[in-house]
Amino acid sequence: MKKCDVLIIGAGPGGLAAAEGAKKYGAGRVIVLERDSRPGGILNQCIHDGFGLVRYNSQLTGPEYAIRAVREALTEGAEILTSRHVISIAKAKAEDAADPGFMATCISEEGLEEIYAKAIVMATGCRERTRGAISIPGSRPAGVFTAGVVQNFVNLRNIMPGNKVVILGSGDVGMIMARRLSLEGAQVKAVIEIMPQPAGLARNVSQCIYDYGIPLYCGHTVSKINGSKRLTSVEVSELDGKMRPVPGTEQVIECDTLVISAGLIPENEVAKTIDIALDEKTNGVITDSFLQTSVPGIFSCGNSRKILDLADFVSEQGEAAGSNAAAFALGRELSVWQETPGSSMEKGYPQEGVVTCIFCPKGCSGPYQCSRGEEFARREKTDPVRFLTTTVRVSGYEAKLLAVRSQRPVLKRDMKMIIGALAEVSVDAPVNCGDEIARLTASDGEEIRIIASGSTEGLPLKV
Amino acid sequence: MKTADVIIIGAGGVGCAIARELSRYRLDITVLEKGCDVAGGTSGRNSAVVHAGFNNRPGSLMAGLCVEGNKGFEALCAQLDVPYKKTGKLIAAFDDEDIASLHHLIIQGETNGCSGLRIVRGEELRSLVPGTDAIAGMYSPETAIFDPFTYCIALAENALSNGVRFRLQREVIKIDAEQDGMFCVRTAAGETFRSRYLINCAGLYAGSISEMAGGESYRIYPCRGEYFILDKIAPEILPMPVYPAPKKGIGGLGVHLTPTMAGNIIIGPSAEYIDDREDYSCSREVMDKLLGEAETLLPAIDRKYIIGNYAGIRPKLAPPGEGGYRDFVIKEDERQPHLINLIGIESPGLTASYPIARRVRDILSQSLELAEKQDFIPDRKGPVRFRDLSEAEQKALIQKDPEYGRIICRCQKVTKREIRNAIENPLGARSISAIKYRAWATTGRCNGGYCLSRIVDMLVDEYGMNPAEITYRDPGSEMFTGNVK
Repeated sequence: MKKCDVLIIGAGPGGLAAAEGAKKYGAGRVIVLERDSRPGGILNQCIHDGFGLVRYNSQLTGPEYAIRAVREALTEGAEILTSRHVISIAKAKAEDAADPGFMATCISEEGLEEIYAKAIVMATGCRERTRGAISIPGSRPAGVFTAGVVQNFVNLRNIMPGNKVVILGSGDVGMIMARRLSLEGAQVKAVIEIMPQPAGLARNVSQCIYDYGIPLYCGHTVSKINGSKRLTSVEVSELDGKMRPVPGTEQVIECDTLVISAGLIPENEVAKTIDIALDEKTNGVITDSFLQTSVPGIFSCGNSRKILDLADFVSEQGEAAGSNAAAFALGRELSVWQETPGSSMEKGYPQEGVVTCIFCPKGCSGPYQCSRGEEFARREKTDPVRFLTTTVRVSGYEAKLLAVRSQRPVLKRDMKMIIGALAEVSVDAPVNCGDEIARLTASDGEEIRIIASGSTEGLPLKV
Repeated sequence: MKTADVIIIGAGGVGCAIARELSRYRLDITVLEKGCDVAGGTSGRNSAVVHAGFNNRPGSLMAGLCVEGNKGFEALCAQLDVPYKKTGKLIAAFDDEDIASLHHLIIQGETNGCSGLRIVRGEELRSLVPGTDAIAGMYSPETAIFDPFTYCIALAENALSNGVRFRLQREVIKIDAEQDGMFCVRTAAGETFRSRYLINCAGLYAGSISEMAGGESYRIYPCRGEYFILDKIAPEILPMPVYPAPKKGIGGLGVHLTPTMAGNIIIGPSAEYIDDREDYSCSREVMDKLLGEAETLLPAIDRKYIIGNYAGIRPKLAPPGEGGYRDFVIKEDERQPHLINLIGIESPGLTASYPIARRVRDILSQSLELAEKQDFIPDRKGPVRFRDLSEAEQKALIQKDPEYGRIICRCQKVTKREIRNAIENPLGARSISAIKYRAWATTGRCNGGYCLSRIVDMLVDEYGMNPAEITYRDPGSEMFTGNVK
């Protein structure tokens, strides 16, 4: 039986940082259990940029951020075990070990395995709020998906959900999928938001919605879904003050795909197996000031505790939870965790008449907090540029697509050309993050380098 | 041209039960089903309850066949490996009028042959359903819950292994009764099937099938019932189905709460006459009403537990305005001999489905010699349900086949091997819903958010499907448009 000081459940950004934090603190053996075949969690399908500015002071894509987080955890000496699905946690029985502690049961192709840990960090992430949960009236045809599912199909599996798309919800995932689907040739006919303002970052309204001329309907909802087999249209209505559709305001938008981005719910089915107290309203784990749950010795971080805006914040919290779990395992005093103040990210509509910098999640609209903002605003008036993130086909690898990006921002007017050129590109494994994939010429004669932002080697499991 | 002794039209609960019952005999049997799988209509869209039989008018076919069906249901489920649980049921009373109605139900039930019906109050009531605010209730110990999909699939699979042919996606569009006494049945797919006997269990379409075959006219009124599905909270708050006391003039049993075999709760159904026999949509007004009535029955019910909804359509003989039920019609047609019609098989049709099948056999035996097969296989073993096994059994299975160690659906704990079993089902149904109803994947709180992509991987990588060919249900319900690039 494997025994460790700290066991971490989930190898997304929170779990990986928790492993790093636990090892840095001085824990002995630290094991991360991941149910997927590779670590990284949702980062693997988030091929867009915007990660790592807080934690690594770098502009990274999701896969790049995952690779970095895995390296850091492994460098510190943590072990990551993949394809292991934890099904329950229980208090260890006296005969299992001298110390009190926990026994986690996981299932894998090798069988049912029990792992003993002195302390545990729950980093189980979240799930999406579904069509079922928000009870949209109408029929139940094919073509209704949540945003994360579409992201997974489009970015990893090379599967296109449809051609004419309506997106319900203007959170960041919804807006990023609006851009992604537009870039891949779908017609995004509308983004619908129930609140009076867009829910996500101003920079995403600017670079994902405005850039592609997508109609944005705030204070509206999808009031009915039509189509008996495949979706044929949605009915969109204005909402009144009580969030009820206003009769007479219905308009029908023809579409074959509805993408629902209606928020995230902390995923805590494993936590329930040992009766960790959850917030009744949010389903998040209730923690004390040490990120410790109602069960002493079990800690929680990231989206399974409370939904956070950035992966960077998840990592920060994960590291603190891992550190405290190590302290608990070693019988030392826990440290109070404090949320980093000043996460001053602009949300909602970008300010009118000024340029919202899209370089980082802060989304400054002047005065800019750094020189990059001023530079961005200057170029936006003459030759607007964007980071380009997309995929190319790959063979000899379990995923069908490889995440790629432009090494430097490219001219906005060249985006379609580059996407078109990359549609013809196919690479063979092995490809490592940073490898050159294609070299193209921009409309101003400059060279455009497209590099891999993911790796076919999977993510490293050992340093 | 294909010829058969018997053609059964419709593979719902009744059609599958008849196919299975007749597969005991040396008969050539073909089942024609318009959908891409069995149980796609009324049989797969209901409360999933094995009724005791106290709701139906004494002396009616409904009452007699329901009571008979209830008594044999557990044994049948054991034989066919169908999940079944005798939970009992509570009819809740909130005022004196309700209590009077319960007394009436007991008398009616006893007349019908139900056993153990009794009024419960106070502590006993609370011990049965702890969260209820009812002032009294009627307890029916013989009521049970089961899985209607598995029931229909199991009947069909057993019939299949006893030689019955199932032809899915074969919508019947024309029937000619020919000079030689044969029926010539044409399908939308362009095939022709011939048989000496025709059994019409087409549910909502049974009226038009009877007319096509030259039989009597029946008008069937579609009456929709909407449902909510809640997360798996039944083990904590709902040990058995809870129904309201019957109110006069309602064409259903009233909105009730039912635990499912998987531990979810279903709320419903409403009752609304509609025109379109395929309109399974839900409306905001009805959804609000369902939730309100459910909260009255059990205050612990809350909107936050909702994970989905669905609707079913009753094939009613009772027209709008008449209310209540008209009895089942189960008979050889008076105008068209050898056409056996089953009309208006609404609730408790599933409970009664096997007795209905025996009755059809009896009708057939009046003009057809039924010789029993020596090699009839009475049992059907369903695929493994990993989550229901003990740890030791799970360990042994993974050792035998590592695919049992790969969880594909996290909400319902369904393994890769179970998905494979579902994909390779004996009836050859190939759609996401076919996998859903066999393996129970995608039915949980994340609505397939986790497992759908993994199921699609298998269909594409291991079964060679193009993403654009994958359908949710019938053709036309394609899930994707193709590859991105």
